[in-house]
Order: sequence, then structure tokens, then C-alpha cells
Amino acid sequence: MFGLLPVFRKELADHLSGRRFMILFALICVAGLSATYVAAQSIRGDVSGDRESGFVFLKLFTASSGVLPPFVSFISFLGPLIGLALGFDSINSEQARGTLSRVLSQPIYRDSIINGKFLAGMVTIGLMLLSIGLLLGGLGLRMIGVPPTLEEVLRLISFLGLSVVYVAFWMSLSVLFSILFRQTATSALAGMAIWIFAIFFLPMLAGIATDSLVPMEQDAPAAIQLQHEEMRQMLSRVSPSTLYQEATIAMLTPHIRTLGPILLEQTRGMLPNPLSWTQSLLVAWPHVVGLIALTLICFAISYISFMRQEIRA
Amino acid sequence: MDGGAAAYIDTVGLTKKYGDFTAVDRLNLQVKEGEIFGLLGPNGAGKTTTILMMLGLTEPTSGKVRVAGFDSTRQPLDVKRIVGYLPDNVGFYEDLTARENLRYTASLNFLRMKQADKRIDELLEKVGLAHAADQKAGSFSRGMRQRLGVADVMVKSPRLVVLDEPTLGIDPDGVRHVLELISSMSREEGITVLLSSHLLHQVQQVCDRVGIFVKGRLMAVGPIQTLGQQIMDGKPTTIEVQAEPLTDQLVADVQKTDGVVSVQRSGGMLLISCQTDLRKQIAEKVIQSGATLHYFRVQGFGLEDIYMKYFREE
Repeated sequence: MFGLLPVFRKELADHLSGRRFMILFALICVAGLSATYVAAQSIRGDVSGDRESGFVFLKLFTASSGVLPPFVSFISFLGPLIGLALGFDSINSEQARGTLSRVLSQPIYRDSIINGKFLAGMVTIGLMLLSIGLLLGGLGLRMIGVPPTLEEVLRLISFLGLSVVYVAFWMSLSVLFSILFRQTATSALAGMAIWIFAIFFLPMLAGIATDSLVPMEQDAPAAIQLQHEEMRQMLSRVSPSTLYQEATIAMLTPHIRTLGPILLEQTRGMLPNPLSWTQSLLVAWPHVVGLIALTLICFAISYISFMRQEIRA
Repeated sequence: MDGGAAAYIDTVGLTKKYGDFTAVDRLNLQVKEGEIFGLLGPNGAGKTTTILMMLGLTEPTSGKVRVAGFDSTRQPLDVKRIVGYLPDNVGFYEDLTARENLRYTASLNFLRMKQADKRIDELLEKVGLAHAADQKAGSFSRGMRQRLGVADVMVKSPRLVVLDEPTLGIDPDGVRHVLELISSMSREEGITVLLSSHLLHQVQQVCDRVGIFVKGRLMAVGPIQTLGQQIMDGKPTTIEVQAEPLTDQLVADVQKTDGVVSVQRSGGMLLISCQTDLRKQIAEKVIQSGATLHYFRVQGFGLEDIYMKYFREE
């Protein structure tokens, strides 16, 4: 790991002092604060009726009044933007400016550069999300006056961790593009194309593809309907955004017992009490693993192609 | 070849192929410690590829390159520790100041920050950028960037400095400044310098020896003064003479000299083709005729002529 530390330190300083970071942070602050404010308003409105279900604090992040989507949706939508912005020019801009060959001629291993950049990006994402999480928690605490329980704190931390992984996936994707494409504009556009595709088109396409794979009549038997729904979910889970959304729902809504379709018969005899934190984590675990795997795959491909890349000035 | 075991840079049969294209073809080059060596050649001759192989940034297809006894392919870190490399079109982080850029280089070389800061101040002073040390590198002109590049290369106190087209795209004054810096640093600190360029006049000014590099092959190596003779010796040459007054009698006299093939008048200039080097005889003739000699030059002995010869041949 020769040379990792100086690269990491410089990249982190670049990220944190950069204008790009300020803009993104401002954007996510505005989105988060308004979403939480609206959520807190609506919680205050009906907190009396909702008393038994508990977990009021978590609702800050998931409740929506219809005017504004909840904070969770904002992250699932804006997270990719943060990730892409942090990574899309990480390698190719250095190539274009001629700094890469200068840095590579210093006595450091070549992988320290890409490792340092990834690590700095991850830490930046972590800092950004942690601070926004604390900020919103503080705001919510003032507004609704209900302190979070330990369980809720654990769930929030898992939610933030999950978000870091999710944004890190988009960052590693954009770093990959910055290695594959020489032009920063091309890599930014490629990243955005994938983002739009994963968020808007993939769920639609999943629906269309399911209709042809598992045709379903209006009054189809339950088995077919179940199969249809399972297929649609499977396909839409190709999108990392879907994975993230489902996993966060499981983490922030203790009452959710499964992320797949469930039959009425199966709920018979089920106690309507919330799951514990570990059980919720178990429900979301496949999704979490999927997201981590996607991030690692992107990182591995970037790593290999960067190590093999011809360095021409 | 001179040097042998003492060569600081030593390449043996160094070859690099990109698909069918051979960028560097069985290069055998020795550079001695402490000398300034110029690698001359047109664009695309394989100079940069050779340099990248020396630094271990590109793997050779076959052959070996050793720098200070280290194998560049196997021990690139040891090589990079002692080699300062200034790429052509050197770039700096534009949102960092000149000083911060150099500090980053120092940190990548694991220098102690206190010593590094001192050295950086000295170097910035030396390259004439002390006044701009805290300006963002993005605001620098090309000449300033190049000088900052020289400082950047020197931060790690290298034993060998490799400069790829160090004078490209900067004005004559800047060129002079950069070349002076290079040669003074080489002399003062005993640093070996390898310089690549396609601008021969500049190379001529500072290099102890040059190698002419065309299409991946090394055509000739040697000190500039003797290089011309080595190549052109015994071959027909043309002598250019400008004299006052240029009488017909003088022209006829010159014509009669042994070995002169033809004499042409072009403007106020005599172009004398001869079979061998007849400079002495012709100069005597001109002086004897009572004329004043204004200009006297042999075509084909200057670096430019050698250079042109090789480039045309290809």
C-alpha cells in the first residue's frame, strides 16, 4: 500500500474543498430538510392516532404527506447523482491534464492511485450522508419531541450504511467509466444514461418483459398471479435503485416481514408486531449483499483496466 | 560503445511493438553518469515510448533496460525513486497552488515535510517562480508551467532527470531559461540528464552527446561536433561562400582547385560542390584574391543537415 496515504489525503481534500461537493451537499440538504419538515408536520398531526405502532422517529425519514416524497426516496433518486459527480472525471481528467503520468512517475504503486481515489470517495460519501442524517435527526427531534429508541438508532445507522454502499456503487461505476472513456463528457453522459435507465426505464421494462414471459389474464388463478409478480420483482431488482429502495423499506419499517409477494393464507396466525432490528436486517440482507457485490464488481473491473492501461502522455 | 558496465542507462535490444507497429526497434543505448544526453528525432520516432520503458511505465515487448543498475521492468519503484521525469505537456492540479503541487510530489516521495518545504522554496527561487509560489497552477502560462515542471522533477533530488520535449511550445526566452536551468543543475549536482527533442538547435546548446532516433531505430550516437564528421566524412559536400568583391577571376580560380566539381553563383553567394572537405584550400583562395570573406559554411556538417539527411532517407 505504498503511496496510498498521500493520494487518499489529497483526493479527500479535493473532494471536500471542491465546489462540486458544496453544490451536492446544498442540494441534498435542501431536499432532506424540506422532506423531514413536511414529514414532521404530518407526524405531529396524527401522532395521537398512531401511538401504538411506535417508531415515530423512523417515520421522519419515510413518511410523506403527498406534497413531497420522503427523504428515503430523495436519496434513492439523488444518490446516483452524488456518486456520479464524485467519480466521473477521476481518471480521465488527470490523463487529459497530464498529471497522471507525472504522478505515476513517482515511486508509488500504480494501484495506490485508484485505491486512494476510491477510499477518498467513500469517506466523502460517508461524511456527507452521516452529517445529513444527524442534521435531519436533530431537526426531527426538535419538531416532534420524541427521542429515538436504541432500536431506531440502530436502524438509522443501518440505513445510512446502506445509503453509503448505494452511493458508492454509483461512484465506482462512474470511476469505471472515467477509465474506459477518455473524455470526461462521455463518461458523465454514460453514467447518467445508466442512472436514468435504472431509475425510470428498468421498472417499466420489467413490467413489459414479465407480461410476455408470464402472460396473465384478468382473472388468472392465484398461482399465475404470484408467479407474475415474482418475475416482475426479480427483473426490476436488476436495478440497484430497486435493491436500495426495498432494502431501506425493510430497514426503516419494522413491520415489513418480507419483500416478496405474500398470500393472505400465509398471514393467518401471524402476530402483527414489529420485527427486531436483526430480523429486519435478515430480510434486507440479500439486497445488501447484492449492492455490495455490484460495487465490488465495478471496482474490480476499474482496478484491472486501470492497471493494464497504457500510460501515454 | 563507450560506457559499457559504467553506463547509467543501459538498454539491450529494447523493443516495443504495438500490434504490427514497431515503436522501438532493438535499441542499444548507453548513457554515462553525469552527462547530458539528447535523444533527437521527429515526432513518432519512439522517443516517448523509450522513456516510458526506462521508467517502467510501459513494458517492453523484448529486451532489457537498466537504470543505475535497476531493471526498470522488475524494479520500477527503485528506478522511480532516483529518476525525475518531466513528461511532455506536463500538467499540474489547476486548483492547487504551485507550492501545493510540489508538496504533493514531495509527499508521494515520502519526504519529510519540513525538509521538503525548504527544498521547494529553494527550487521555486531557482526556477524564478518564487513570486508565484502561492498562485494557482491553473493561472500559469506555458513557460511557467514548464519551469514549475523542472522544479517538480528536482523535488525528490534525483540522480537522473528525464525530460520529454522540455522546450515544446514555449517562447525563445523561456527555452533559454529552461535549458540553462537544466544544464546548471546537471553541472552543480552531477545529475545525469536525458533530454528528448525534435528541436535540434536547442539540443545542440546543452547536450554532451546526442543520439539520432528515427522510426524506432538509433541511427547515430556521439558528440555533436564529431557526429557530423563521422557521418559526412569522405562524402561530397557543398561549401557556401560569401565574399566581397566576388570577381569572375575568383570564381574561375576556385573552379580550378582539385576536387571541385562545380561552382554556382546564387545571389551574392557561391555554392561550391566538392568531392571531399576542401574548406582549407577554398578559404585560402578567397583570401589570396584580396577579397574579404563574409560567410563560410559547409553544408552537411551541422546537426541540421545530419538530421535532414536521416529524415529524408526514411
